[in-house]
Amino acid sequence: MSRAAALAGFRVTFSTMLRKPEVIGYPERKTPVFPRFRGRHRLWTHENGLEKCVGCSLCVAACPADCIRVVAEENTPERRVSAGERFAHIYEINMLRCIFCGYCELACPFDAITLEAEYEMSERERHAEIYTKEMLLAPHPKPVPVRAEEPDAE
Amino acid sequence: MTTGDRTGGIPVREEAHSAREAAEREGRELTETERAIAGAESFSPQEALARTELAEGQDLEPGFREPMIINLGPQHPSTHGVLRLVTQLDGEVVRDLHPVIGYLHTGIEKQCENKTYWQAITLVTRMDYLASFFNIHAYTMAVERLLDLPVPPRAQYLRVILSELNRVASHLVWLGTSGLELGAITVFFYTFREREQALDLFEMIAGDRMNTRFFQVGGCAEDMPPGFEARLRAFIEAMPARLDEYEELLSENPIWLQRTRGVGILPPDELVGLGVTGPALRAAGVDLDLRKAAPYSSYERFDFSVPLGARGDAYDRYIVRVRETRESLRIIEQALDGMPEGSHIADDRKVVLPPREELASSMEALIHHFKLVTEGFVVPAGETYTAVESPRGELGCYLVSDGGPKPHRCHIRDPSFVNLQALRPMARGGYLADLIAMIGSLDNVMGGVDR
Repeated sequence: MSRAAALAGFRVTFSTMLRKPEVIGYPERKTPVFPRFRGRHRLWTHENGLEKCVGCSLCVAACPADCIRVVAEENTPERRVSAGERFAHIYEINMLRCIFCGYCELACPFDAITLEAEYEMSERERHAEIYTKEMLLAPHPKPVPVRAEEPDAE
Repeated sequence: MTTGDRTGGIPVREEAHSAREAAEREGRELTETERAIAGAESFSPQEALARTELAEGQDLEPGFREPMIINLGPQHPSTHGVLRLVTQLDGEVVRDLHPVIGYLHTGIEKQCENKTYWQAITLVTRMDYLASFFNIHAYTMAVERLLDLPVPPRAQYLRVILSELNRVASHLVWLGTSGLELGAITVFFYTFREREQALDLFEMIAGDRMNTRFFQVGGCAEDMPPGFEARLRAFIEAMPARLDEYEELLSENPIWLQRTRGVGILPPDELVGLGVTGPALRAAGVDLDLRKAAPYSSYERFDFSVPLGARGDAYDRYIVRVRETRESLRIIEQALDGMPEGSHIADDRKVVLPPREELASSMEALIHHFKLVTEGFVVPAGETYTAVESPRGELGCYLVSDGGPKPHRCHIRDPSFVNLQALRPMARGGYLADLIAMIGSLDNVMGGVDR
């Protein structure tokens, strides 16, 4: 092995030592995600407090992993939950089955469900991974930074 | 690791026993794989040796050792996932080996039959997980051909950009891991640093880092987001210098040369006979690249060359892959420069989901939306085969439609699976240490092999 060849190889190694490290100090610092990133689901409400979801089950039909369960009920004058005729009495997502394809978001005609930036979803028990409507309506306790859309160079 | 001696409590022996019992119960002969596993028990070592000698037509030399059955994998860091090799060793020489596959079987092909064409996109992408864009590309092309649906030029260019970016990312994983197996750990960190940038670009445009569903039937799900082009241009500008670095570390590295030169050579006609495609075939000098031989997605409009090797050993495969990466960067640059205007997805309301802004205003759009999501679109009866050039070779999709909204049969010809059968003729008579270099140089992804 010639000395020149060895030095040529080490040149790359040593020059890399002087570069800025690429690592991110997770979990103290969270990797920011791009705006299109699909993470944890979120159900939304209108400004007047009514839920956007009307329990049409289109997300259930679209889901390739069969991870969503919706049981709809009629709105009554005494108990008005959503803006439509019906509302989702039960809305559950099994996060262990979900593949984060975002088809539910595409299918929803009312923008009631979206996939947000949060990606930390590990739990200690399996049943805790079945997210209920209350959990999906509330903002995630561990928010993740989203990268700003960069202006195009052109 | 397990030897084939008769001291008891050995997994291979137990497995052989249950395989023989099952065969007896079902009244059939042992399969070839089962015979290989059962080789530990079915014959005495002398018999096994005699059979091997007989098969190779060699005389028994004095002082010959008994063959040893060694289980390499499925949980072995150098087998790229869960490949299991039942190897018959004579000292350090591999006398024979049998790949045992199926540890990552997911039944995706069968599941596709129960999903609509639209839903199946999210499944096929998960087969060869390092080349997810190629999986969907082959699949969507098959559906589009059955539908006779033209793809807009902008969507074709977007597909080319992402496919080539995926090829770069896949080759970077290959380079890093096969360096890792042969002791060149530094390259692994460098290639994964660059791969991270490619995955960031995937995340930016598709929303997923690995198993995207970005290609849809008729085009791409979305157009490029603002800032994507600048970021991608910065990446392809920086990459050639990074590739120079890897080559500086490896191409003339004496250890790398000794471990890869002359390893895993098969004559070109035998490789063709085994159905090997991709860099493993091109390293042996056979000029077969589907992007040139059967252009798809407007590849005929790009100027690029197909790197070829001369000897066909593991070193040539390394050179071919690194040069291919450079060519991919050239293609991405050309595609960005010549990006046509227009829509990113075909305008066919019977197949493609209507634009979101129309849902609130147009009743017709809403009806189409409901029909497409709940029932899916109907594909005319017929069958077709489409293939793309994945980082590992010809990735084809054979699709049969019975005229309904779900595929009747969706078979994927995965290059990893076909290339794997070249391992046995390659490794026979070589050293066990070279076997690791051979597995690495074939670049099998077990998700693709088992599907």
